[in-house]
Amino acid sequence: MTVLDDTDRRLIAATQAGLPLVEAPYARIAADLGLTETQVITRLSILHARGIIRRIAIAPNHYALGMTANGMSVWDVEDRQAEALGETVGALDFVSHCYLRPRAPVWRYNLFAMLHGQSRAEVEDKRAQVRALLGAACRADDILYSTRILKKTGLRLKDG
Amino acid sequence: MTRHTLPPDALDETDRAILNALQDGFPLTPRPFDDAGAALGLTGATLIARLERLRAIGAITRFGPFYDAAAMGGAFCLCALSAPAADFDRIADLVNAHPEVAHNYARDHALNMWFVLATATPEAIAETAGRIEAETGLTVWRFPKLREFFIGFRVAA
Repeated sequence: MTVLDDTDRRLIAATQAGLPLVEAPYARIAADLGLTETQVITRLSILHARGIIRRIAIAPNHYALGMTANGMSVWDVEDRQAEALGETVGALDFVSHCYLRPRAPVWRYNLFAMLHGQSRAEVEDKRAQVRALLGAACRADDILYSTRILKKTGLRLKDG
Repeated sequence: MTRHTLPPDALDETDRAILNALQDGFPLTPRPFDDAGAALGLTGATLIARLERLRAIGAITRFGPFYDAAAMGGAFCLCALSAPAADFDRIADLVNAHPEVAHNYARDHALNMWFVLATATPEAIAETAGRIEAETGLTVWRFPKLREFFIGFRVAA
């Protein structure tokens, strides 16, 4: 299991909302936490190497950037090829999230890819591109458009 | 989160290059904006000013480390259920009342309600799903991620 010490937790709490937009952001965080810049950089590097930090990056706001249509495309692909196909689909520049998930008695699809576009027609065009790419390895597919946001809360890290 | 679309001229070529370049690999160095800017032909100060503006106009939702909740000991699970149309809003209220439900979307499918559970422990996923089943009388299908493929979303240049 993952072990985080108190300093890691304070570092996570101080950075999970974002990095300060200053020339030396890690020095700023270090000053706030009573650490050195080197300690902050080293700890963040270790968290990154351990996969606790997935990436340090910007998150574009798809909606503001004109990608107002999005659909959860789902694909029933052969299990043996699913990993390789997931890599291929995930690499498409219009796919923001791509996952393998288990099937269920009422659900035959194992590959999920979120498609974004400026219109539903554009999303359907991208879906056709994915279908062409998957070829015979795909036995069936569907797309689920969201019709309403019922709840949306940010991710919060619990203390302790 | 901003729910309006920016005018098409809100971003210039440099903004788009920044959006595409910074979707992974921001440096862990003393002067990371200088280093990231150099790859884009920008000074650190210019990159910071651009990012401030992109954030102010809502083109980016956040900038910094993305933490893996599972790696920190938490758990996530995508779940779905089929709510009868006549009872949909009542079911949505029952589901949303659980603080473990991070977000919830109505979708046009036989499985018409899709939500994400976020809990402090893996065991709490099954417990929460079980409570929702007991309250609603509906099966909560669980679709935990087995594998994630992330490359990033590109802004058309």
